[in-house]
Amino acid sequence: MKAKVHVYLKPCVLDVQGKAIEGALHGLGWGDVANVRVGKTIEFDVPGSDKAKAEADAKVMAEKLLANTVIESFRVEIA
Amino acid sequence: MTKAAVVVFPGSNCDRDCAVAVERSTGASVDMVWHQETALPSGVDLIVLPGGFSYGDYLRCGAMAAQSPVMREVVKAAEAGVAVVGICNGFQILCEAGMLPGALLRNAKLKYICKQIDLDVTNAQTRFTSGYAGRRNVRMTIGNGEGNFFADEATLDRIEGEGQVVFRYAQENPNGSLRNIAGIVNTRGNVLGLMPHPDRSFEAELGSADGAVLFQSALASA
Repeated sequence: MKAKVHVYLKPCVLDVQGKAIEGALHGLGWGDVANVRVGKTIEFDVPGSDKAKAEADAKVMAEKLLANTVIESFRVEIA
Repeated sequence: MTKAAVVVFPGSNCDRDCAVAVERSTGASVDMVWHQETALPSGVDLIVLPGGFSYGDYLRCGAMAAQSPVMREVVKAAEAGVAVVGICNGFQILCEAGMLPGALLRNAKLKYICKQIDLDVTNAQTRFTSGYAGRRNVRMTIGNGEGNFFADEATLDRIEGEGQVVFRYAQENPNGSLRNIAGIVNTRGNVLGLMPHPDRSFEAELGSADGAVLFQSALASA
């Protein structure tokens, strides 16, 4: 199975990269684009077929390392 | 003789600066400790986590270094009361390791900033700042791309209330740090993280000798 952990800055944290990209998109003519946020996806293979376990493990990994929960929130996807 | 240790991570680039700064400011003997070590030199009085780009800033600044074997020993030493100072990337590592509250975000204007800057000493009663007693303003060099201190409002109120905010940017806030915070200590007061570099400001030839006072204070009680 493949695990994907999507990490974004929390809504209360100013995403300066997102702001810069938003400005550039406006400059390209997409003036009504709003709330651009930059995140990252960390994906990896997980052994076995126990989806619930894989999801629980990935959550622990995210809390320990993949995300900094002071500033970031994350979402786990198992497929 | 007092003893200091400077931890070297892959990608640290101020490790030697820190060693020279501590040696010349305090006369302490300094050991360099590789991040894979599972023990610190015995009897160490001060541990320095230097600036740089540990692990190439992969994932997040300081995130990988915080998981290094040596950091388990640094945590234990801090719990035993040893003074720990993290400078710049070292501050990021301390936050990532959960040894200090908050986190460092990308600078508000997205630029790497390197210059001398004025700081207010907002608490001169810590073991790192006692030497600044009676002085409000000090000058050090900053050099960071992700020095924008962030913590939620409740945490900010708490650390301000507990006197944990030790340095603030004085004239200008270069990176967007909340409440102009440049350096904080833990509740016990023996772990300091700061974005400005005392190691680049420890003798007059560098434009300021104010950083020397920090190392002297840290080792004065040892």
